[in-house]
Amino acid sequence: MTFAYGARSFARLSRAEWTKFRTVRGWVLGMVAAVLVTVGLGLFAASGSHSSCGGPDDVCPAVPIGPDGQAVDDKFFFVHRALNGDGSITVRVTSLTGRIRLPDVTPGVRREVPRVEPWAKAGVIVKDGTRQGAAYAALMVTGRHGVRLQHDFVHDTAGGRSGVSETAPRWLRLVRSGGELTGYESADGRRWAKVGTARPQGLPATVRIGLFAACPGDLTVTQADLGGAIAASRFAQATAVFDHVSLQGEMSGGAWRHDDIGAAKEPDGAIHHPGGVVRTGGTFTVTGVGDIAPRTDGQTIEKTLSGLLAGLIVVVVVAVVFVTAEYRRGLIRTTLLAGPRRGRTLTAKAVVIAAVTFAAGLIAAGVTVPLGAHVLRANGNDILPVGPLTELRVVAGTAALLAVTAVLALALGTVVRRGTVAITGAIALVVLPRVLATTSVLPVEASRWLLRVTPAAGFAIQQSIPAYPQVTAFFSPQAGYYPLSPWAGFAVSCGYAALALALAVLALRRRDA
Amino acid sequence: MSGEAIIEVTGLRKRFGPAVALDGMSFTVRPGRVTGFVGPNGAGKSTTMRVVLGLDAADEGTALVGGRPYRSLREPLRHVGALLDAAALQPGRSARGHLLWLAHSQGLGARRVDEVIEQVGLRSVARRKAGGFSLGMRQRLGIAAALLGDPPVFMLDEPVNGLDPEGIIWIRDLLRSLAAQGRAVLVSSHLMSELQGAADHLIVVGRGRVIADTGVADLITAASRGRVTVRTPEPERAMRALARAGAAGTVTEGDELTVSGLPGERIVAVLTAHAVPFSEVMAQRVTLEEAYLELTRDAVEFHAATGREAVR
Repeated sequence: MTFAYGARSFARLSRAEWTKFRTVRGWVLGMVAAVLVTVGLGLFAASGSHSSCGGPDDVCPAVPIGPDGQAVDDKFFFVHRALNGDGSITVRVTSLTGRIRLPDVTPGVRREVPRVEPWAKAGVIVKDGTRQGAAYAALMVTGRHGVRLQHDFVHDTAGGRSGVSETAPRWLRLVRSGGELTGYESADGRRWAKVGTARPQGLPATVRIGLFAACPGDLTVTQADLGGAIAASRFAQATAVFDHVSLQGEMSGGAWRHDDIGAAKEPDGAIHHPGGVVRTGGTFTVTGVGDIAPRTDGQTIEKTLSGLLAGLIVVVVVAVVFVTAEYRRGLIRTTLLAGPRRGRTLTAKAVVIAAVTFAAGLIAAGVTVPLGAHVLRANGNDILPVGPLTELRVVAGTAALLAVTAVLALALGTVVRRGTVAITGAIALVVLPRVLATTSVLPVEASRWLLRVTPAAGFAIQQSIPAYPQVTAFFSPQAGYYPLSPWAGFAVSCGYAALALALAVLALRRRDA
Repeated sequence: MSGEAIIEVTGLRKRFGPAVALDGMSFTVRPGRVTGFVGPNGAGKSTTMRVVLGLDAADEGTALVGGRPYRSLREPLRHVGALLDAAALQPGRSARGHLLWLAHSQGLGARRVDEVIEQVGLRSVARRKAGGFSLGMRQRLGIAAALLGDPPVFMLDEPVNGLDPEGIIWIRDLLRSLAAQGRAVLVSSHLMSELQGAADHLIVVGRGRVIADTGVADLITAASRGRVTVRTPEPERAMRALARAGAAGTVTEGDELTVSGLPGERIVAVLTAHAVPFSEVMAQRVTLEEAYLELTRDAVEFHAATGREAVR
């Protein structure tokens, strides 16, 4: 049996299975229904989702966009000068302290305690001006994550693990050479260790260089009464003390300036939770609130696919019936007469249902995601923007997930030969874990395990915004953050489908038809 | 075509739990004639066909089509045309759609589909959903599927079932013409009458094995051999006289005896010698149906009696 014959035979069997599929109107309509349900429910939900910010003209402030196109938080206190061309800044940080507001005990009476947030950050920074979202590279000490070199919001390189205190100060140096920034750290200002190199996007010749401090809100996660969890973020600020500040290179624009970047104004014009700087001789005490980081709260493009589960159930039904109808009518014998190599025949069937489902899924997601996002934006919602490749991954990945689930359902149908049993089984394996994990009925860690070990892990392929480890946020399945990376989760689903198909081939080969 | 047009079944055994379905089934279906495959329900006909077609696995024995196991055939429908269960159709799919996917699986095109639709006379309903077909139309569709690959071997399980008289004549003519083209045609039935006029050769099975493998004419002769009907007003005397002459007889009706062991001339002589009056002495010609019923009445007894035929 030559390979060429095998390939030709497989192509013929696949064509036959496609002819089988398209000649039953109910199945074709089923796929169309799956598309319509996904698109319809998604757009219906999007059209009903409105967002407004109040105020006289009801315009929400624009979310800053980083150099890579993603939405960012860019709020910090910045003490800076202009640097033309190459140069460097060296400082010694002698302290990093903070304050955190705790929940009020007496209503209206603030309770603040001195405490440093783990991701409180202060250090030296080079930035393309003072505009929110502008490219930057920053070398910093943090509350509990040691020295870090970060740039352009999403990139993070770890340096030494040690913290900062008056007895153990930390020296930081950031050197600019063309488009490249190199960070060094030192315990004594003499022996320096390189932290890393950053290449912020499109840094111009003249940049702002200086000191900064920022502090993300304090996050508390509490277990909800009925499963799930409640995350609350409260005000926190960080204060860093710098001395031995020295700049090298061609400085212009005169003395130090300072800006409370991204500060929110109260209705009376005062700044809400202002930062600040106090300069005593060569010592700078900088206080900042906010964060320089990718934004992780907000609507995501995959939220538009709220109708997908309904579509998925329709797909499961069609995929199961595609094989169990043959058992019910005895047609499986005719199929096996035409293709007596049973593994090949079943694989051809799987390929056809996968291809049909993928095409349907591509149409469904390809329409719903861009159109749904458009409707959401038109209704005043902020959507965390993603690049075209990520959007493609969400759309094609959704289609691929449908296809993989269809193969799983087909394989189950082949093994159990009973439509209702296989449909129930496939829904219990794929849809149920996803529903349990993403609605607040289970503890968060249980939800995460469901999304690691069940075929529902593949929904991770839809996650458009990654869970950045350097961002203080509650990355829960309920909020759309999966425990596995998109491709790892998808691989889990593929594994289940492949296993089920292998078992189905085995069962089909061993059984009398 | 003759090398390919042969079905060889050797020593098939198969059990379904405690029940023995096949118990050493062996036969050969030769080209150029219609071979009837008959036996009571549960004799193992359908199981044998499923084993030959690679659907069921036998516990022992081999089944070859054109010298090869079915599962190793390339484009199997071009080697064997089979009709197992005419009801095995997707109700929502049209007759043409059903044949089209079968054709595509064998690398055949829509033109061949239209040819066989024409051949079985389903053109007017080709685009109708098969779910609304009568049993006769389904049988025709099943025959069309078997014809699709223009194969040298045909295996049809109860194809006459549900056909009207016109359909029965049509299928007989079709089977005979396929055999006349040098193909091997195996047709099963649990009713011998359905095969009368269609089959040239018979494989009679019972309890999972072959009871008789014989030509239709030979079977009738063998079943009728030596039986004579005697009509007499004195059956008691006639019986005594014939028994003394070495014949066995039974009273079948009041004045009618069935006698075996003596030819008609000797019976006339014996009765005349004993002055037994008689009105009729006639050699029996059984029908195919009667011969078959006699064969299958007690499978074991007649298995031994016809063993010589099976070897031949």
